[in-house]
Amino acid sequence: MSERAISFHFRGAIRQVEGLSPTRTVLQYLREECHATGTKEGCAEGDCGACTVVIGEKRGARLQLRAVNACLQFLPMLDGKALFTVEDLAPLAGTGQLHPLQQALVDGHASQCGFCTPGFVMSLFALYENTPDCPTRDSVMEAISGNLCRCTGYRPIIDAMPAAWALPRVGIERTAVLAALDEMAALPTLEYRIGEQCFIAPRSLAELAAARLAMPEARLVAGATDVGLWVTKQLRPIRDMLGLGAVPELKAIHRDAGTLVIGASASLTDAFAALVDFEPGWADIARRFAAPPIRNAGTLGGNLANASPIGDSMPGLIALDARVLLRRGERLRRVPLEDFYTGYQQTALEPGEFIQALELPPAPAGRLFRCWKIARRFDQDISTVCGAFALTLADGHVGDARIAFGGMAATPRRAPITEALLLGQPWKADTVSDAMAVLAEEFTPLDDLRASAAYRRQVAAKLLQRLWLEASGVPVSLCGLEPQT
Amino acid sequence: MNTTPPPVGAALPHESAHLHVTGEAAYTDDLPEPAGTLHAAPGLSSVAHGRIVSLDLSAVRAAPGVRAVIVAADIPGDNNCGAAVHDDPILADGEVSFHGQPLFAVAADTRDQARHAARLAQVEIEAWPALLTVEDALAADSHVLPPVDISRGDVAAALASAPHRLAGTLHLGGQEHFYLEGQVSLAIPREDDSLHLVSSTQHPTEIQHIVAHALGWRMHQVSCECRRMGGGFGGKESQAAQWACIAAVLARRTGKPVKMRLDRDDDMRATGKRHDFRIEYEAGFDAAGRIIGLKLLLASRCGFSADLSGPINDRAVFHADNAYYLDTVAIRSLRCRTHTVSNTAFRGFGGPQGMFAIESVIDDITRHLQLDPLAVRRANFYDAPPRNTTPYGMTVEDNVIAPLVSQLALDAGYAPRRAAIAAFNAASPVIKRGIALTPVKFGISFTATFFNQAGALVHVYKDGTVQVSHGGTEMGQGLHTKIRQIVAGEFGLPVADVRLSATDTRQVPNTSATAASSGTDLNGKAAQAACRTICQRLAAFVAGRLGSDAGQVGFADGQVRAPGFNRPFAQVVADAYRARVQLWDAGFYATPKIHFDPTTLRGRPFYYFAYGAAVSEVAIDTLTGEHRVLRVDILHDAGRPINPAIDIGQIEGGFMQGLGWLTCEELVFGADGRLLTHAPSTYKIPAVSNLPPVFNVRLFDNANREDAIHRSKAVGEPPLMLALSVFFALRDAVAAALEPGARPQLDAPATPEAILRALNGGTLT
Repeated sequence: MSERAISFHFRGAIRQVEGLSPTRTVLQYLREECHATGTKEGCAEGDCGACTVVIGEKRGARLQLRAVNACLQFLPMLDGKALFTVEDLAPLAGTGQLHPLQQALVDGHASQCGFCTPGFVMSLFALYENTPDCPTRDSVMEAISGNLCRCTGYRPIIDAMPAAWALPRVGIERTAVLAALDEMAALPTLEYRIGEQCFIAPRSLAELAAARLAMPEARLVAGATDVGLWVTKQLRPIRDMLGLGAVPELKAIHRDAGTLVIGASASLTDAFAALVDFEPGWADIARRFAAPPIRNAGTLGGNLANASPIGDSMPGLIALDARVLLRRGERLRRVPLEDFYTGYQQTALEPGEFIQALELPPAPAGRLFRCWKIARRFDQDISTVCGAFALTLADGHVGDARIAFGGMAATPRRAPITEALLLGQPWKADTVSDAMAVLAEEFTPLDDLRASAAYRRQVAAKLLQRLWLEASGVPVSLCGLEPQT
Repeated sequence: MNTTPPPVGAALPHESAHLHVTGEAAYTDDLPEPAGTLHAAPGLSSVAHGRIVSLDLSAVRAAPGVRAVIVAADIPGDNNCGAAVHDDPILADGEVSFHGQPLFAVAADTRDQARHAARLAQVEIEAWPALLTVEDALAADSHVLPPVDISRGDVAAALASAPHRLAGTLHLGGQEHFYLEGQVSLAIPREDDSLHLVSSTQHPTEIQHIVAHALGWRMHQVSCECRRMGGGFGGKESQAAQWACIAAVLARRTGKPVKMRLDRDDDMRATGKRHDFRIEYEAGFDAAGRIIGLKLLLASRCGFSADLSGPINDRAVFHADNAYYLDTVAIRSLRCRTHTVSNTAFRGFGGPQGMFAIESVIDDITRHLQLDPLAVRRANFYDAPPRNTTPYGMTVEDNVIAPLVSQLALDAGYAPRRAAIAAFNAASPVIKRGIALTPVKFGISFTATFFNQAGALVHVYKDGTVQVSHGGTEMGQGLHTKIRQIVAGEFGLPVADVRLSATDTRQVPNTSATAASSGTDLNGKAAQAACRTICQRLAAFVAGRLGSDAGQVGFADGQVRAPGFNRPFAQVVADAYRARVQLWDAGFYATPKIHFDPTTLRGRPFYYFAYGAAVSEVAIDTLTGEHRVLRVDILHDAGRPINPAIDIGQIEGGFMQGLGWLTCEELVFGADGRLLTHAPSTYKIPAVSNLPPVFNVRLFDNANREDAIHRSKAVGEPPLMLALSVFFALRDAVAAALEPGARPQLDAPATPEAILRALNGGTLT
C-alpha cells in the first residue's frame, strides 16, 4: 500500500485527483470540480438516472462498459477505471456531429425539458457499445428502466435505439482505453487519506482480510448504492473505508462440484446472470431488482450484508438454501443465509469479519422454484412483499418446502409453520388452501408507506395460490399478455 | 390571414434538442457561478402544527463555512410568498403550519456546508393538534377560502323525480410534480440597491414582484430571467418564489451571490402538490343512464395556505361536467385548510379532479344499469341546443366530442374488443381484463380574465437574423420552438435565422405565468403582432422604393418579393437599416371574447375548448391487485398544429403523467403529518415499463373555429386527462370479477392494494 492520488481514465487521459474527500461523489466531482454540467442531479439517491455515467473496466482482455449512477459513486471507487460522460459522445462522431444516439434522439423528438436526457443518452450508450446487433425493444427498455423521464412518456426514447442503428456506427477507441487501464493496473494499492478520512482498496483477498482485522470499524464499501445515501441524504460522517472493488477473488463466480459460488463483490448484474443460469426461476427477480445502473454498481454481498428486511435477493436465496461464506483473517465459516440475520439490519458478522462468498447447493430433483416481487411499479421499486417458494415434488407430494419472504418481518424470514403443514402432503388444491390460511397468519407485518399489513398478509398467501395455479396450468401472469383484437 | 406560412405546421425538433442530448443545455444550476457565490439550505420543521418556543441557531452559525443565517425577522420587507392571498410566509414566524415548513435558511461557502449546518439547529416547537386530511378539515370546518356553489335548476326535485338514483363517495389522491430539475434560484446583488435572479420558474414576473416585496423594494430594483426549466408542470408557477426570496434575502444580507437549490427530499417535503379530493355525489338518471339531476360535493385538501387553491378548485367545478350536459345540477366546492404543505398548480389545475368526479358518476350508473359505459357516456354528451350550455352558463359552440369519439371507437375497435374481453374474462379465473373509452373537454384560458394577456419583443438585426423575447417560459413543452416557427413564418425565414432569448423581466414586463396551456396561444399571438408591425414597415419601405402598394410585398423563402422585385430578406433589412427604418418592435395580445363574473359564477371563462378521447385496455391480477396496461388509443384535438411532433409529445407525455397520478403515484403522510414518500425511492412516477406496449396516438383534424394562433389549440394540459381511460378500464376489470351490477369501490391511485381492496368489496380486513 502507498499513499497516492486517485487515478482514472477521463477525457482521453489518466486523471489524478488529490485533496478531495473520499466521500465526494463522482457527480459532485464532475459538476463542481470539473464544471462538466452535462451530468445532472435529479435525486442524489440513484433512483432517477439523470446522473448516469458509463464506467469502463478491463475484464479479461476486453473493455467492459457499464452504466452507473454518478451520485452514488465515491471518487476513490473510480480508481483504475475509465469514466465516460455525456460530453464524451459527440466527439466520437467527429467535429460538428452528434453521436448516432444523440442524433436519433433529436430526430425522434425524444427530449422535452431535456434534464433527464443526458442520463438516458448514457444508459443507451452503454447498451449500444455492448451489443453487436441492434438491441431488442425489451433490452432497450431494461437498459433505461432506471432512468425517469417526466415529460415524454418514454416512447420516442425507446425508438431512438433502432433509429441510431440505422446511422453509421461509431465507437469508443478501445485500444487506447485498455492501454490506460493496464498502465493504472501497475500502480500500487490505493491508500487515499484526506484529513480524518481514508479509503483503502486492497488488491487481494489476503490483503483485504488483514486490513479488515486491522480496521474492524472501517466501513466496507463495494458498490456504495446504500452507503452513498448515508452521505448524500443522511449527511453521516464516514471516516475509514475499505473498498472491495479491486479484490479479484471477491468478484469471481464459479461452480464447485455443482455448488454455485458467487464472490461477495460480484456485481448484481454478474451474480444474477449466474443465478438465472443456475435456476431459471430467478429471472423474474433479476429483471425487477432495481435497474441496470444499480445492479452494475451494487454487489450481491452488499445486498446480503446490508440486511434490509426488503432486500430482494434474500428471500429467493434463502429458499434455495444458500449459505454465506464468512472470513475473519484466515478463519472461514459457513452460515445458512436464513441464520445470518439476527434482527432488524443485524447480522451474524463478527468484528473483523466479512462475507467472502455466497454458496448455493445443487438443486434437488423435481424442485419447483419461483420468486415474485409485489410492488407499486414494475421497474426499480422496493418490494411491498417479495415471496420465494422452493418446493420439491415427488409422486404428487411435497417432499421439501422452503418458503421465504421479504417485507413481512424485521428480517427476511422463512415460513416454517406453513412449510411444516405442506411437508409430505399431496400437492393439491385442498392442501394449498389449508396452507394459505396458515400462511396469512404466520407473519405479523407492519403498515407502512408501501402497503397495509392486511394487504401483505393476504398477498403472501395468494402468492402460494399463484404457485399452485400456475403449476396447474392456469394463466396467472400479466407478463406477455397481448391486447384483444 | 388563415394560411399557415412554413415552417408553421412542420414537425421540427425542439429548438434545444441538440443541446439536451449533448448536455450543453444550461439549466440554472449549470451556469458558471459568479465569484464568491454562496450556497443556501433551508431548515425545515419536523412538526406539523405548533408554536415555535425556541429556535437556537448558534450551532448553525458556528458551523464551518457559514456566512449568514436568516429567520423570519431578518426578512427586510414582506414575509410572504403567497401569490393570491397574503398567507404564505417565506419563513415560519411564530407558528408552524406543516411538517417540512422552512423555519430558517443558511448560506455557506459550499452546498455541503450549508446542508450540514442546517441540521445543527436546536428547535423547540410546542405541538398543537394538526388537521391532516380533508375529513379532518371538514369535521373542524376548516377552510382556506369560502365555499363556492354553482347550480342550475331544482336538483332536489330532479333527484326525487328520477327513475333511478345512486349516491357515492370517492377518494382521489394528489400528485407530486417530480420535475427532474428541482427548485433552484440564483440571486446576484447588483449596483444601486438592485438584484438579478436566475430562477427555474414558470412566472418570472411574479418572482420579481414577490422578491421586491420581500426586500422592501420596488419592482424596478429586481429582475428575473429563465432560459429553461427541467420541467415545471405547475410546480414552479407560484412555488418557485419562496426559494428565490430566500436566495435574495441572503444575497442582500451578505452582498454576495447566493444559490438556493433544494435537495430532492426537501423539495418534495416543502413544496405543494396536486390537490387530493374527497368527492360525494347523488345522481338521478333514466333507464338509458342519462343524468336527470346531479348533486356533487368537491372537497379538496388545500394545505395550510390559499396559494392557487381558489382558481384550481374553480376549474375543478368548471370541469365537473367534462363532455356531458348536466341539466339540473348543484356543485359545491370546499377548499379545506389542513396542516400540510400548500397544494398548488399541477397540469390540469383542478380540471382532472372535476372530470374524475363526473366520470366516476357515469361509471357507477353504467354498472348499476349494466349498460355499455360508452353508450351511457354518449347519451350524456353535450349536443344541440338546449343541451349545449355548461352549468356556469357558457355555450359550447365548438363541440366535436361525438364525431371524435365515434372515429376513435371505430379506429380502436372498441366494440369488438369489448366483446372479446368479456369472452376472455368468462374463461379466465385469475387474470381479468377491462376496457374503457373516456372523453376530454377542457376549457382554454386563465379563468381570471386579466391574466389572458402577453407581450413579445422582436429584434431584426441588420444582417437579417432575428431574436425573439416573449413572456412565456420554456419548461420542455416546446413553446420556444413553436414561437420560433411562428416568427420564422411571418418573416419567411428558415428557423435557423431565428433565435429565442431567455425569458427576462427586463425585456418583456408584467407577464402572466406560463400556465393554463396558454403559452403558445398568448405569446404566439404577441410575437406575431410584433413581426407584423416590422413586416409592415419593411413592406412600406420596399413599396416606397418601387412606387407600388405595400400590400403587394410578401415575405417567403428568405426573400422579399413584390411585382418586379425579389431580394433576400437580409439585403432588404440592410437597406432598410440604412434608410433608418425601425427593425424591432413589441407586440401585445389580449384574448378576445372572454368574460367571467366571479360573484355570479356565470360567463364565458374560456375562449374555446380542446377535445380528445382515449381507449385503454388493461389486465389485473385478482390474486395480488397488480395490473398492466395493454393497449391505448388516443385521438386528440390540437386544432391545426403549429408543430405536430411537439403536440404528439405533449399528448403522450401528458397521458403518461395522468397514468402515474391514477395508478402508481401515491403520496403517503404519517400520523404526525410527515410526508413518508419524499423521494423517488418511495414515490413512484411511471417508468419505461409503464408505457403501454401498444400506444396509438393520432391528431383529430379540427382547425380551431376561434382565431387562435394559426387555428391551433392549446395542448399542454388536456391530454393528461386522457389517462382517466386507464382508471376506468381498471374499474371495468374489477367489475368483471364482481357480481353483475356491483359498483367497484376503487380509490385512486389504483395501487395493487387499492385494486385488491376493490376486489374484496372495499375492505381488506
